[in-house]
Amino acid sequence: MEKPIIEIKNIGKKYNITHQRGGYIALRDVLMNVLKSPFNFIKNKTKQIAGFEKKEEFWALSNINFEVKKGEVIGIIGGNGAGKSTLLKILSQITPPTTGEIILRGRVGSLLEVGTGFHPELTGRENIFLNGAILGMKKKEIAKKFDEIVLFAGIEKFLDTPVKYYSSGMYVRLAFSVAAHMEPDILIIDEVLAVGDAEFQKKCLGKMNEITKTQGRTILFVSHNINAIEQLCSSTILLKNGKIIKAGPTKEIIGEYLENITPSEESEKILIPKTENNAFFSKISITNTENKTTNKIKQAEDFYINLELNVLKEIQNTDVSVSLKNSQGVIVNFSSLSDKSPEHLQSFTPGIHHLKVKFFGKFLMPGVYFIRISLHHPGTENIDTRDDILAFSILNSHGFRPINYGVGVVTIPNEWIL
Amino acid sequence: METTVISPRKTFSLKDIKEIWQYRELLYFFVWRDLKVRYKQTFVGVAWAVFQPFLTMVVFSIFFGGLAKMPSDGVPYPIFVYVGLLFWQFFSTALSDTSMALISNQSIITKVYFPRLILPISSVMTKFVDFLIATLILIGLMFYYGYMPHISGLLILPLLLLITFMASVGLGLFLASINVKYRDVRYALPFFIQIMLFLTPVIYPASIAGKYSFLLAINPMMGVIQSARAALLGTAPINWMLINISLVGTLVLMILGIYIFKKTERYFADII
Repeated sequence: MEKPIIEIKNIGKKYNITHQRGGYIALRDVLMNVLKSPFNFIKNKTKQIAGFEKKEEFWALSNINFEVKKGEVIGIIGGNGAGKSTLLKILSQITPPTTGEIILRGRVGSLLEVGTGFHPELTGRENIFLNGAILGMKKKEIAKKFDEIVLFAGIEKFLDTPVKYYSSGMYVRLAFSVAAHMEPDILIIDEVLAVGDAEFQKKCLGKMNEITKTQGRTILFVSHNINAIEQLCSSTILLKNGKIIKAGPTKEIIGEYLENITPSEESEKILIPKTENNAFFSKISITNTENKTTNKIKQAEDFYINLELNVLKEIQNTDVSVSLKNSQGVIVNFSSLSDKSPEHLQSFTPGIHHLKVKFFGKFLMPGVYFIRISLHHPGTENIDTRDDILAFSILNSHGFRPINYGVGVVTIPNEWIL
Repeated sequence: METTVISPRKTFSLKDIKEIWQYRELLYFFVWRDLKVRYKQTFVGVAWAVFQPFLTMVVFSIFFGGLAKMPSDGVPYPIFVYVGLLFWQFFSTALSDTSMALISNQSIITKVYFPRLILPISSVMTKFVDFLIATLILIGLMFYYGYMPHISGLLILPLLLLITFMASVGLGLFLASINVKYRDVRYALPFFIQIMLFLTPVIYPASIAGKYSFLLAINPMMGVIQSARAALLGTAPINWMLINISLVGTLVLMILGIYIFKKTERYFADII
């Protein structure tokens, strides 16, 4: 029997929390600390070396095992912080694993980004060679495919123009085109498809389909974009908190993902007071028609987003808005108090105020949504804005569009007349 | 078939050298990119590589040679200082570029795998091209002042370049590694490079330190510049002892640099 082309055995990745802390350490500060309190420094160092010090450890990935056969296209999904990108970085050798081993039998190409290493001062022609080399192509190979790359990107006329003068669309097209002409046996891809205009995305998906179907290439595809995963991958792996939760046919796994993996399980949240403001949001919750808090809503149902506003000092002419963002970061809906007319701008007296917004679930595609709320003076000042404050999922319900047709951003109920 | 095994990374092994050889085309492209971009961005283009050391030489000759009457071992001051500057600039620019090599390429490091050692090596190679261009002026000066290098002198030049290469790579790799973690290093470095110019016999002969001149030998660039002058201008017999000390010293420095670099390499992408 043929050996699997990718073997992943017991992969784990540990981070020390201190590494994760934002900002950079200045050597100046470290030296100053040593000078100020040399004894403390020596004490801490010996503790560290002797291993007494309790380090805060965080396993971004643990116990990951799977195999991929030649020609398979595997999707990897999971919420934020599930360990997708860490796995990807280990597979593409950007960061080494802490435990375990991966065997890749074949030439590996990884695409964590398109256009890596593009230099704005260099021309399109020069960047094709540079980028190709960075992606691991040989000079001869690039020269051979050069015309094809240019044709696919459609930038013949601008070949000798520095890419800094390119429109962002042209730039992305060129970048993707170089990447699409790599010919590795194993291709590891991050969400590079989330770029460019819709038409180009379609072209890219087509190209990827062609590659997998006709050339039998093995692909590992990591994405938030459930539709893309569905179109490309036969089976999928679901990650959560650094572990494999389930692996199997894509359709099954995506259903599981949507039903169980909402980025956070909260459906109600007490918000951090912003007492320096005249007013702030103090609580948010999502309720269903039975007035029960939940963040799993059936597509056929209506639901409410409830806001509690704590006003410290009277505010006048304010507007409150709620927007919903889907998992691809697209704002699918924005609504505010003053939608109907400017007269609906509100004044709030000091105290607690409750606001409630009704949503019709049937308009939303099954998937995960993030809520953004904002209290502001229109056009002038933000009083309190909170991004991605809560998340909920719309579940697929029977009798309506099955998820595998899940194309589009919203569902608009319509009728067919025959 | 090509097989890649990914496992927790160890320090330097022979595999690394093999890998750098495999990626030689990328190394070439990095050098090509740096040269191309730099000569595109500056108005005067390639002339810059000639102009910069030439102007420095003129200014130094007027102030140190002409006004301050700096001794120059019996050689016309311009050519004396230019030999020093040539090697010094190769060393100092290579050092500062190498130490920034990881930071300035961080967008590539976090997205694509290749042996990271390629980056500092490409920085030094880029500077070597500048060195070659600047050598043209030296040839002109030698003709002008009527100096013929000894044949043996020309033969030791590659050795001197090797020492300079190892010194800048060794020290550069060390700085590049700590630069990733401590971002204030890069602000301090230009200052130290400036100070080091005066601690290296570039504008003065090592002989002015008298019986203490051996102290300067700690600095490997002193051996290089001293020997380059001896070889090209015949200021003194070639001091093989000095060359050997520099050679061994920089070799140790380079191995140490590579060791530290490889040791810290594994978490570059995590903290960069």
